[in-house]
Amino acid sequence: MGKLARKVALVGAGTSKFGQTFPLRRIPEHWTDAWLNAVATVDNGIEPKDIEACYVGNYSADLFNHQGHLGPMISSLVGLNPKPAPRFEGACASSGIAMRQALITIASGLMDVICVCGIEVMTEVPTVGVTDALATASDVSFEYTAGATFPGLYAAIASAHMHKYGTTWEDFMRVAIKNHINGKENPFAQMQRSIKDLMERKIAKIKGAGGEVPDWKDEFDYLRSPSNPPIAWPLYLFDCSLVTDGGACLFLASEDVARKFTDTPIWITGTGQGSAAIAMHDRTTLTALEATVEASRQAYKMSGRGPKDMQIAEVHDCFTIAEICAMEDLGFYEKGKAVEAIKNKDTYRDGVKPINTSGGLKSKGHPVGATGAAQAVEIFKQMRGIAERDRQVKFDVEIAMTHNLGGSGGTCVVQIYEK
Amino acid sequence: MSENENEITINNYLKYLSEGKLMGSKCKTCGQIDVPARKLCSKCIKPETDWIEMSGKGKIAAFTSINVGTPYFVKKGYDRKKPYVFSIIKLDEGPMVSAQLVGVDESHPETIKVEMPVKVKFLKVEIEGLPEKVDLGFEPA
Repeated sequence: MGKLARKVALVGAGTSKFGQTFPLRRIPEHWTDAWLNAVATVDNGIEPKDIEACYVGNYSADLFNHQGHLGPMISSLVGLNPKPAPRFEGACASSGIAMRQALITIASGLMDVICVCGIEVMTEVPTVGVTDALATASDVSFEYTAGATFPGLYAAIASAHMHKYGTTWEDFMRVAIKNHINGKENPFAQMQRSIKDLMERKIAKIKGAGGEVPDWKDEFDYLRSPSNPPIAWPLYLFDCSLVTDGGACLFLASEDVARKFTDTPIWITGTGQGSAAIAMHDRTTLTALEATVEASRQAYKMSGRGPKDMQIAEVHDCFTIAEICAMEDLGFYEKGKAVEAIKNKDTYRDGVKPINTSGGLKSKGHPVGATGAAQAVEIFKQMRGIAERDRQVKFDVEIAMTHNLGGSGGTCVVQIYEK
Repeated sequence: MSENENEITINNYLKYLSEGKLMGSKCKTCGQIDVPARKLCSKCIKPETDWIEMSGKGKIAAFTSINVGTPYFVKKGYDRKKPYVFSIIKLDEGPMVSAQLVGVDESHPETIKVEMPVKVKFLKVEIEGLPEKVDLGFEPA
C-alpha cells in the first residue's frame, strides 16, 4: 500500500437542502444548489475553467428516476463540458468512492482540480419502489429471495450484536436521540427536530384534538409508543435513516494549486476502501463489518494516524446499529464497548469524541449516492469553524474522519482530514 | 444449452432446491464447503469442487421479523400486520445461508433466539401469474 504521490486538499464544499422534494426539486436543482453552496465556501472563488473533471457519485438514478448516464448531465449543468465526467457506483458509498478516485487522480499528477458530485433523488418512486431499489444493493439471488430488506439486513446484524454483547433497544435509541439533537442545528438537514420536540408536538396535537394525553416521562416512553412502529425487529422507525433527495459538491485541489483558492486548505491525508461479500451469509462475522476494518486500516496507515487521533467523525448511521458497529470497527472503541461511550454521551457535540455533528443519516437525511460527499461537507465546515447554528464543536478540529458504507457493508470508504 | 448438466451453476442449485435438496460444494483441494454451491472454492479459489448435500440442520446466527417487506414477500401475503422472519442460518457443516424462518411466532420475535437449533424446510411458493417454485426455509428443530 503506497502513499499519495502529492498532497490533495478540500478547498470548498457544500450541499443542497436535504428533504423529500420531488417534483419541486429534482436532480438538476439539488446539484446546482450544492454547487452554488460549495462555490460560496471557496475563499478566492472558483470557476468552471479552473476545474478539469467532474466525478459523479450516484447509486441509482436508473431505478429512482429512470435516468442513466448521469456524468455528462451533471457536468453540463455547471459548464464543465467537454471535460471528463465519469460516474461511480458503490451503493450508498457511491460519492465516497467518487471523492476517493478524484483524490487518487489528483495525487497521480494527471489533474490539479476536480469537482466531486454526490447526488440522489429518491422520492420520485413510491416507498415500495425505494425499498425495492435499495434491496438491489443486497445479493438479489440469495438474500432478496429470502425476504431481506435493507432494514432487515441491519436488523439481523443488530440481533447478532445484541446476542453477543448484550446491546439493547435503549442503546439503539440513544444513537437516534443524539443524532436528532445535532440535526436540529443543521439548516440543511431533512428533520431539524429533536426527538423531544417530536414528542412534545405529538402531545400538543393529541391535546388539541381533545384526546387523552399520554403520560410519557421522556423520549424513551415516546419511542415505546405506536409513534415508533417496528420496521424490521429489533429495528423500529426511529432506528432508520430517512428517504431523502439531496446533492453535495466538493472541490479537490493539488498542493500545487490549493493556495490559489484558499489560505486554509483541508488536507486529505488518508484514504481507504474495503470490500466484503455482498451477501452477509458469506462473511466470517455478523457483528462487525470487515470492509470498515479494512478501509480504516488503509487510511490510518497512509496518514500515519490512529483511531485516538480522530477528534470528530461522520460515520455511516444508515441504521442506529450501523453507528455502533462503525465506532467499534474503526477502532474508536473495543467490540461491545461503544454503547458505554454512547451512554456517557461521549459522542455528543460537547463530548470527548463528537460523532455525526451533522445529524447523521438519521436526521440530516440519506440521499444514498450523495451521502459520502455530504459527510465531507460537514467535516469541512467543522474544521473551518463555520458549522451553522449551535452545531460547531467547541474545540479546534485538527484531525477528522468520514466513514461511508455501501449496502450492508459490502463496500466501505474511509477518508482522513487534517489542517 | 449446458455442456455439463451437473455443472455447479445457480440454476442447478435452484433445481436441486426445487427437488427438496439443499446442495453445497466441497473443494477437493482444501475441503472447504460452500452453500450455495460454488464452482470456484471460496477459500482456495480453485475450480476443483463437487456437489455435496447438506444435512439441513443448523442454528440461527441472526434474524429479524420484517414488517415492511419486499414486493416479493408482499405478493406472498405478508404485511405490517403479518410479518415474516428473515434469518441467517449457520449450518452444522459450517457455511451460513439466508432463508425465511417459519414455524415461529413472527409477531413476538423476542421469543426467537440466536443459536436456536433449526432444520431445513422447503417452501413451495404459488403466486398467481408466476411459475411454481421452491424457496429455502428453516423451522425450529
